[in-house]
Amino acid sequence: MGIIEVQNEIVDEFSLFEDWMQRYEYMIELGKSIDLIDPSKKIDSNLIKGCQSKLWLDAELVHDKLIFKADSEAIITKGIAAVLLRVFSNQKPKDILNADLNFVDKIGLKEHLSPTRANGLISMIKQIKYYALAYSKN
Amino acid sequence: MKLDVNKIRNDFPILKRKVNGYPFVYFDNAATSQKPSKVISSITDYYENYNSNIHRGVHTVSQEATDAYENARKKIQIHFNAKYSEEIILTSGTTHSINLVANGFTSLLNSNDEILISELEHHSNIVPWQMMCEKNGATLKVIPLKDNGELDYESFLKLLSVKTKVVFVNHVSNALGTINPIKNIILESHKFGAAVLVDGAQASSHLKADMQDLNVDFYTTSAHKLCGPTGIGMLYGKKEWLEKLPPYQGGGEMISEVTFEKTTYAELPNKFEAGTPNIVGAIGFGEAIDYLNEIGFEKIEEYENELLEYATKKLKTIPDLKIYGEAKNKTSVISFNIGNIHSYDLGTILDKYGIAVRTGQHCAQPVMDFFGISGTVRASFSFYNTKDEVDYFYDSLNKAVAMLS
Repeated sequence: MGIIEVQNEIVDEFSLFEDWMQRYEYMIELGKSIDLIDPSKKIDSNLIKGCQSKLWLDAELVHDKLIFKADSEAIITKGIAAVLLRVFSNQKPKDILNADLNFVDKIGLKEHLSPTRANGLISMIKQIKYYALAYSKN
Repeated sequence: MKLDVNKIRNDFPILKRKVNGYPFVYFDNAATSQKPSKVISSITDYYENYNSNIHRGVHTVSQEATDAYENARKKIQIHFNAKYSEEIILTSGTTHSINLVANGFTSLLNSNDEILISELEHHSNIVPWQMMCEKNGATLKVIPLKDNGELDYESFLKLLSVKTKVVFVNHVSNALGTINPIKNIILESHKFGAAVLVDGAQASSHLKADMQDLNVDFYTTSAHKLCGPTGIGMLYGKKEWLEKLPPYQGGGEMISEVTFEKTTYAELPNKFEAGTPNIVGAIGFGEAIDYLNEIGFEKIEEYENELLEYATKKLKTIPDLKIYGEAKNKTSVISFNIGNIHSYDLGTILDKYGIAVRTGQHCAQPVMDFFGISGTVRASFSFYNTKDEVDYFYDSLNKAVAMLS
C-alpha cells in the first residue's frame, strides 16, 4: 500500500470515533503493537530531541524500502509514533520525502504537531524525512 | 474574615475561558500566575495616557511616567521592607537578578573562595554560578537534599567555613514547594562573613518576606509569579553590597559622567538599571503588590494551606500515587507520579480536560536525579483556585489513570 492509501485508511479508522477520548484510547492501543526498536538501539544518537519523554527512532533500508522502528517511555507519544510508522515505514525514500501530512489534521491530532509542543513529533517527522533524504541519494 | 474566593475569581478574566471545551482549571501557578483586571488595566492605562520615557524628560508626561515608575519602586520597597528605595533594583526578573549578582562577584572572588548552593535549585540558579567559577576559579559546593525534600541543614553547617563567600538558596523550591529555613541559613552564613542571596521567585506569591528582619544580603523575585506582568522583577541588595558590586551592563541611565578617558557610574539604583527600563512592567508590578496586599498575605497563606491539605489528602487516596517533597513547611505545590505512568501522558490527558499542570523536570534536573526519576506532574495552587477545581482534578486524574494503565 502506498503512503496515500495508508493515510486514507487511518483517517477512515479515526472517523469512527465520537470524541477525543476514543481517539486517544485507539492511539494508545496502536502504540502497543508498534514495531519496537531493538533495546541495543536505544542509544542517545537515536533519541529524538525536544521530547519530554524519551523517544527513540531507528531506520534501516531493506531492499528499496525504509523500515522504521521506535519506542517511547510515554504511551501517548508511543501511540502517535505508531501512527507515523504505519504511514512511513516500509515505503520508498522518495515517496516519504514527497509525502504531505494533512492526515494528521483529519484524525484530530493537529495539536501534537505544533512546533512548540514538547512531544518531539515534529522532530520525529523531520528525522524520518532526513533518513529518507539520506537514502534517496544512494 | 476568610478569603472570598468567588469574589476573587471575578478579578481574573482568564478564569472564565474554556480550554478544549471544558472550564479552564489553572494549576500551573508555580510557573506563572494569572493577572487580575487591576494589573491589566494599569498596563493599558500607561500606554493610553502617559507613555513616555522616564528620568530625563522635562515635559509633563515624562514626569508622570517617572513618578509612576519610582512610585512602583517605593511600593516594592515597602512590601519587602527594604531600608532604602535605592536597594530595590528593577530587573527583567529573577534570572537577570541572579546573573547581576554572580557577575558582580566574579571580580570579588578568587580560587581560594567557595560558594554554597543548594541541591534544590532551578537551573537558572546553578548556571550563572558555574559560569562565575569558571572565570575566577572559586569552588562551587552543594548543600544536599534529604528524602523528604528538605535541605540537609546539618550538612550545610558542616560545609560553611571562612572560605565560604556566597551562599545561595531559594526561599521556596520550584520543583517541590519546600520552604527553606532561610533566616537560620542567613544567620549562620553571616558568622563566617558570607553574603547570602535568596531566590524568592517561588515564595513571593505565597508569603511576605521582610528584608530587614531576614537580614538578607540579596533577595530576588519575578513579578509574573505574583500576579504581575512578565519581563520585570527585582533585586534587593543591601546598600553596602550594591555599592561594592561593579555594574553589570553599560548603557544609558547607569552613568553619571562620560568622557572617552573615564566614565563614572551613577548612584544606586541607576548604576544597575542601564538603558530604558521596563516602565510599564514596573507599574504593573506595583499594582500587583497592591492587589495582593488588599487581599492580605495572611489570608492568602491560610487559604492556600487549606487547599494544599485538601488536595494532598484527596490525591493520596489514588493507588500508587507518590508525592515528592513532603517537607513540614511547604507552599501549595504537589509534585507527584502515579505508578509507572509517564508524567507527559498524565499532563496530556489532563490538558484534554482543560486542566493545566506542569510535567517533566521543572528545570530542576538535580532534584529529579536525587529521586531517580525522569520527571513529575506538578500541580500548584493559588488563592484563586477552589476545592471544586481540586475535585474535578481528582476525577479527571482517575479517568486519565484508567486510560493510561
